[in-house]
Amino acid sequence: MSEDFFQGYKGASLEVLKKYNVRVWGQANVNTTRGIFQGTILPRSENDDDQHIVMKIITGYNIGVDIANITEMHETGYKKANYKIPEKEFPYTEGFPKVKLIGTGGTIASRLDYRTGAVIPAFSPGELYGAVPELADICNLTTEKVFAVFSENMGPEQYKKLAIAIGKEIENGIDGIIIGHGTDTLSHTAAALTFMVQNSPVPIVLVGSQRSSDRPSSDAALNLMHAATAAGHGNIAEVMVCMFGPTSDEYGLLHRGTRVRKMHSSYRSTFRTIGDVPLASVTRKGVVPIKPEYNHRRKDRNVTILPYFEEKVAIIYYYPNMQPDMIDSLVENGYKGIIIAGTGLGHVNKPLYPAIERATAKGVHMFMCVQTLWGYAHMFVYDTGRDLMAKGVIPAMNMLPETAYIKLGWVLGQTTDPVKVREMMLKPINDEITPREPYNGYLIYQGGVKEVEEFIKKVHK
Amino acid sequence: MNNNFDPKQNYEESKQKVGYVSRKEATQETYTSIGFMSGLEVHQQLLTKEKLFCHCPAGVFQKPTVYDAEVVRHMRPTLSELGEYDGTALMEFRTRKEIIYRIKNETTCTYDVDDTPPFPINREALGIAIEISMLSKLSLVGEVHITRKQYLDGSIPAGFQRTAIIGVEGEIPLKNKKIRLIQLSIEEDSCREISDIGHTRIYRTDRLGMPLIETVTYPEMMNPDEVMEACNYIRFLNRSTNKVRTGIGAGRQDVNVSCKGGTRVEIKGVAHTKWIPELTHNECFRQWSLLQIRDILLQKIKDTAAWKMDVKELDFYALQFPCDAIKTAKNAGQKIYAVNLPNFKGILSYFTQPGKMFANEISERLKVIACIDIPNMTHSEEVNALIAGDDQGYIRKLFKACDNDAQIIFWGPEADIKTAIETIDERCRMAFTGVPQETRKSFEDGTTIFERVLPGADRMYPDTDSKPIPLEESYINELKKNIPTEVVDRYNQLKTWNVPEDTYTYIFKKNLFPLIEKIVKDLKINPVFVGTFFGHFIKFVEGHNKKGREFKFEMIYELFVYLLKNKYDLRLAKKMIPILYVHPKMDMESVLISIKFKHISKEDIVKHIPFLREKFGKIRFNDNKENETNWIMGQLQPTAIGNINMKDLKKLLESK
Repeated sequence: MSEDFFQGYKGASLEVLKKYNVRVWGQANVNTTRGIFQGTILPRSENDDDQHIVMKIITGYNIGVDIANITEMHETGYKKANYKIPEKEFPYTEGFPKVKLIGTGGTIASRLDYRTGAVIPAFSPGELYGAVPELADICNLTTEKVFAVFSENMGPEQYKKLAIAIGKEIENGIDGIIIGHGTDTLSHTAAALTFMVQNSPVPIVLVGSQRSSDRPSSDAALNLMHAATAAGHGNIAEVMVCMFGPTSDEYGLLHRGTRVRKMHSSYRSTFRTIGDVPLASVTRKGVVPIKPEYNHRRKDRNVTILPYFEEKVAIIYYYPNMQPDMIDSLVENGYKGIIIAGTGLGHVNKPLYPAIERATAKGVHMFMCVQTLWGYAHMFVYDTGRDLMAKGVIPAMNMLPETAYIKLGWVLGQTTDPVKVREMMLKPINDEITPREPYNGYLIYQGGVKEVEEFIKKVHK
Repeated sequence: MNNNFDPKQNYEESKQKVGYVSRKEATQETYTSIGFMSGLEVHQQLLTKEKLFCHCPAGVFQKPTVYDAEVVRHMRPTLSELGEYDGTALMEFRTRKEIIYRIKNETTCTYDVDDTPPFPINREALGIAIEISMLSKLSLVGEVHITRKQYLDGSIPAGFQRTAIIGVEGEIPLKNKKIRLIQLSIEEDSCREISDIGHTRIYRTDRLGMPLIETVTYPEMMNPDEVMEACNYIRFLNRSTNKVRTGIGAGRQDVNVSCKGGTRVEIKGVAHTKWIPELTHNECFRQWSLLQIRDILLQKIKDTAAWKMDVKELDFYALQFPCDAIKTAKNAGQKIYAVNLPNFKGILSYFTQPGKMFANEISERLKVIACIDIPNMTHSEEVNALIAGDDQGYIRKLFKACDNDAQIIFWGPEADIKTAIETIDERCRMAFTGVPQETRKSFEDGTTIFERVLPGADRMYPDTDSKPIPLEESYINELKKNIPTEVVDRYNQLKTWNVPEDTYTYIFKKNLFPLIEKIVKDLKINPVFVGTFFGHFIKFVEGHNKKGREFKFEMIYELFVYLLKNKYDLRLAKKMIPILYVHPKMDMESVLISIKFKHISKEDIVKHIPFLREKFGKIRFNDNKENETNWIMGQLQPTAIGNINMKDLKKLLESK
């Protein structure tokens, strides 16, 4: 393959570079009607226009030059940048727990991508050690890249691959597993792994970062240290999500994989346990359980791997005036299961009833969750609820809609027998349905309220 | 420690060897002989309603102790776009600082604390930056690229500042030469530091994110006065748009200085232009001293690579440390160490700045890099020894030190000792090559202290959160219409008008030229009168009265109109302004009443003259006519001012 000398340039700007014989990474003098510019020609992001050429000037800043103003261009040198985190072999310390970091992509380790101008995942144990040397004080880390996809592109194929890879690691005697993952669908994967990897003797910790590791204030390094501590030293042998507790660099929280949700588009402390309290808090000193009951770490290797998934499952998010064809179209397209996120205690409007009846008649499995996220689907309270149950919709208690979606896919990957499906859906594997909601679980901080303001001032949140 | 060695004498002798003279004694020859060279980075806040990348209000400030929340961050170095770690970044990481941000809800949002990506750039600020770039004759870029500039000191919660180049290669005129400009950038301002003690640094976030421009000159200023002149020109140019902030902290500059054979050292955050000459003067001599120190060391030490300092822990109880600082360290459970520096005798007490010696360079780095608060060390060449003479001998024996060696005794928390040892070793080795590249903090007395390692271009990274902004010709042409006349043209106009030069600084600082020009042109008032009225009189009033909130300089125009309309003498303005300045809402008539002004006709004033003449005849000592005129003028002045031109009155007296 020949080298791309004009990385990212297209159309008119590409023609200009070719005309003056100036390459990307070439040092150039550019004469324009606005003055002379000197610097290194940089690649251009694919989604940007074809009217400008990007240069890095001597002071380190980037600028763009309008090609319409260019009167002359001249290449005076060439120096390609080599973006590489210093790679160092991860040191082995006798007596430290063996932890495996499985990479899937995402911002936990990333570098600049000139194609899109955004950051792309990069992953290698040596790079990680180069960037976060503190990890060597926590555990003996090995890494494996199972695949590299963006969080939003994760799906059933990846869940299954991950479950199988985890099974192998456990069999081979690992003491803990970390999974690096983009944050957008981190909780979906956490739910999937809870169902697919059961009875694990070791911690399985999913971790990501909200600020990419290419910035000094990134949460990536601290999240990784917390995850390594939880995986290597923690006593909780469950599938967990490990992310910032507060936005401050203070402690992480471990959330049960079935009860966790991303609640802010950009905050560091975006992950919250819903309908319960978090499992534990974690610092580099260790894990401090919050919930008294959890699955303890064991010496045996008796893990059960259940890598199944039916892809024809959907969530519909109910809104007033939803038309019945929303459900009909799913049924017509061969969907086998639907999670409805209903209003209030688990409701939809009457015009949908016939569509729901038609779906039941076709053998589509339907479960009701609540949009409020907090609280249970209580379908006995109002007539609407009773009607819906009569028409075949099963209340999924306090299962989160996304968790219910993952679970239904997993269940339908194993059986389509309505009785079996119902039984499997409603029998919790790890607290996706809880028998009770603790009083202090629902604690929504609301700024502006005097008590909350006082609390925030005293405690770093 | 050698009984024959007198540190004070060594200090004075080294000062002479360096050739240090005070700024008053220095001439251009002085600066030429040591190769004085300086460049500027002038920062100026822009007058916008909102911050640069979010919708928080700009210019609302908080007190250090009044805040709604605190956020804690630690900064880690990351790779630059070209795959390098930056030197400053690594230094800051070594310091292991915990950064605390004190947040006030009304001035800080999730963007400020780096929990939300940036909003599109503030177009108001961008427009002002482009206008100033055009005034600075810079080549405007075709497309503005937001870049992240790493700051690991914590002054920005993200760990980087979003900044972008607007133009490159411009120039400003000074009296005798032109200074070229490297570039002008727009950037977000940083946090204000509240305190920095041990491993905790506290900031407030009110100023954070406010729009700022930075004008960078080439290092073409060849003496301290030129640096100040260039700085003033840039500040006046910025102010000529009327779209920049004024007041404390709204304009700050970093001053780069080097001497012949030295390196670029950046004096950060100089708040007052008038400090610049003393600071640059001293910095240039500091570098000159460091070069002499290098030469002395290289003469004594043949193989610098093999030079090795020796480190030993001391026992607080085995020695008698009489000074309080060491007692405090002992009580706090800290450790105390000594190092032996082979062949460093005479170096530690070598002159570097007025009142400072080479040992200060080490102590300041211990504070910044190892986070050990000052006093953190003493040494064998201290003018007022902090340890007893017996102890000095004991330490020398401990190391089996030679007569040519010097010793440092330092103390601090156990966890910081390793970094402290590295820091001392590093700074001593730097002495072999001369002047370390660093940024320094300035003080009013003209001295500086180490602040951090000088960052390079390696801390730049494209901002992946924002798209480039094209600057089309049509947009530029639209902005061109707002551009005021150039400062140099204004300067020349004032000169042509014969307005005295000592008024210029005030006039440009307050951007009063457009108003003066308007008064001169519209009201046909003598420019010298108007110029000095502002440059001398208003300046005086401002320094001696508290300004009423609604006072605006434009009111002076109205005042002149009023006086002309009523045919009052213009000098009445001098009596009225102090009242108007404090109570700007008063109408003109009320101001006149409050200064007890009465309208009296010329005839009524003149008719007193014969009586006064007669009275003077009785008290006079001699026949000098001038004395008589002056005395009568003095008697008539209170009632005459405003009613009759005093010059006319004098003429009248002299003619009669």
